[in-house]
Amino acid sequence: MSRKGVNIHEYQGKALFREEGVAVQEGVHCTTVDQALEAYDSLGSKIVAVKSQIHAGGRGKGNLYCPDTGDLQMEGGVKIALSRDDVEIYSKNILGNILVTKQSGPEGKMVNNLYIEAGCEIAHEYYLALLVDREEDAILVMASTEGGVDIEEVAETTPQAIHKAWTDSSGKLPTGADSAMADSLGLTGVSKDSFKKMLGSLVSMFVTRDCSMVEINPLVRAGDGAMIALDSKISFDDNASFRHPWRAEMRDMSEEEEVEIRANKSGLSYVKLDGNIGCLVNGAGLAMASMDVIKLYGGEPANFLDIGGGANKESITTAFGIILEDPNVEGILVNIFGGIIRCDMVARSIIDASREVGLSVPLVVRFSGTNHEEGREVLEESSLEVTTVGTLADGAEAIVAATIGVDS
Amino acid sequence: MSIWINESSKVLVQGITGGQGTFHATRMTEYGTDVVGGVTPGKGGQVVDLPGRSVPVYDSMGQAVSETDADVSVIYVPARFAAAAIIEAADAFNEIKGEGLIVCITEGIPTLDMIRCVGHISEMSGIRLIGPNCPGIITPGENGGCKVGIMPGYIHAKGRIGIISKSGTLTYEAVAQTMSVGEGQTTCIGIGGDPISGTGFIDCLAAFEEDPETEAVVMIGEIGGTAEEDAAAWAADNFSKPIVGFVAGATAPPGKRMGHAGAIISGGKGTAEEKFSAFEKAGIHIARDPSKIGEVLVSVLIEAGLREP
Repeated sequence: MSRKGVNIHEYQGKALFREEGVAVQEGVHCTTVDQALEAYDSLGSKIVAVKSQIHAGGRGKGNLYCPDTGDLQMEGGVKIALSRDDVEIYSKNILGNILVTKQSGPEGKMVNNLYIEAGCEIAHEYYLALLVDREEDAILVMASTEGGVDIEEVAETTPQAIHKAWTDSSGKLPTGADSAMADSLGLTGVSKDSFKKMLGSLVSMFVTRDCSMVEINPLVRAGDGAMIALDSKISFDDNASFRHPWRAEMRDMSEEEEVEIRANKSGLSYVKLDGNIGCLVNGAGLAMASMDVIKLYGGEPANFLDIGGGANKESITTAFGIILEDPNVEGILVNIFGGIIRCDMVARSIIDASREVGLSVPLVVRFSGTNHEEGREVLEESSLEVTTVGTLADGAEAIVAATIGVDS
Repeated sequence: MSIWINESSKVLVQGITGGQGTFHATRMTEYGTDVVGGVTPGKGGQVVDLPGRSVPVYDSMGQAVSETDADVSVIYVPARFAAAAIIEAADAFNEIKGEGLIVCITEGIPTLDMIRCVGHISEMSGIRLIGPNCPGIITPGENGGCKVGIMPGYIHAKGRIGIISKSGTLTYEAVAQTMSVGEGQTTCIGIGGDPISGTGFIDCLAAFEEDPETEAVVMIGEIGGTAEEDAAAWAADNFSKPIVGFVAGATAPPGKRMGHAGAIISGGKGTAEEKFSAFEKAGIHIARDPSKIGEVLVSVLIEAGLREP
């Protein structure tokens, strides 16, 4: 079964930061305007940040839209409130509305959670991130003096501004790496000490909590020199979720694609795309290759779907159901290279599934490998309308031809 | 010849008493692999019946390697125990023989566990890890051969093409492509689709370069990371035999994980297009349609003077 990264909200990340000794401002998680006003009163800070909580980045530069009318409600998903009235206005404009950011996709995300955070005097903004470096087989720490901006832009325009350090295989930075990084960021005195302490906490948190990414953008030097994490973006390695039961409580189902969760429960790995040809394949590489070949033959794949090595009649039925839920699907290509999975089992499952879900679009099946001949016979002897082919290229050609027929 | 395994390789199965372990130990034995025993902690002293032989189960890899003099271990244990199994195998081979091949089939091992494993093994010059999250490695022989993994053995035949791939069933597709043009394989290696793994493309290419039987290589990559680009750059300077390359995921959207943990285009990096162009730049013959790998291979072999037109 495929695993996805597990993302959490900023307010949850900051709660973890507090536990781990990473300096953050005081803040309160709210789900209503009243709670936001109470939070403002309790924080005792004249200036507060009112922050939309969605998993996508780029919130500050995003726009909020009314879910019913689609009208622009407010520019900016993160606002600085100078008064109680500001908090009220901003909260109303955020909660229950759709936030569209550079990373959210054009459909955006409904905002159900707010974070009200005490304001902070900012002397300078930095960037700090920890992630898995797959080429170096280590955890990579990246820092830059160019905080608050898109790091990919910095990487593109001024790569020399990004400072890097790697842990060893046990997740420890070499002695002195923290000092060197602080120096390269130009941090001295209190700020340097504060940075080193924060970096130590972050590296240890990354390891003990099995993170796959921790990004702080911006990391700020406050007026008094202390380093404070003004944002938090954390992803966990889902393969390690079995040893972190606390993660379950942080999961926000509204942030996940319901259909992808359902697919995962059946041992399927599904990603929806924009095309019109559904694919059902065994193996992730072959599933991608099938999409690619559909495109080469002039079609557009509607999805990535790997039925996995443990597929059975139930999961194949679920897979057909999921593919056909997508109204854009005008044809389905099944591509199975039998290994442990037998093509005749898949053939019988296809027949049952097509009856159960009421298959109404053209179906092309390519079988190869274990019991492919039996599989083909089973399909050809059934009453199912299906085109069987021997190669992936023939399959792609046939399904593209069949769906062009649907269009006209 | 072949690389890393051959018909005389002696193979242990870690997790042999589990469902997957027993199933695949049986299939491997049927193919001709010399399975000499297995390891399941707490079940030492038991015997597992395989086609034509019964093999002993040991409590530890140390015991198993000492008793059987095995060269290879294949791991079918659940993800949460797999890292410990890899390290146990590495230590046993390293201490007792100074060398050994570990093939980890298990999918879903935590990334930081793999960083620890790869770091641990990097200090042992005679130990090689293939995987995790891979179909394994196979060297087809005259009669059967040596199969260490989960691939369907019968689709292979002994020949002169090496195959390296990040994917499972797409490796089988590549094998079928070579067979469709009458070519067999020396050795096929699935290196796995995880972000952190043992043997990479370059290790495989270096071994195929040294193997006199291997005349050409088919290399199958996928989106994510830069392993394909690195391998292409290395091959341009160090690899003398023809390579046919394919990269899966040209149509994959950015930021979405495509099944394999490592198959993700992040920050605009790791696209199929970048990898294809790195291949082309390095003189690798590309097949944009995996159904055409066989055709491209034939023309490349003819061009290299290795086959008659």
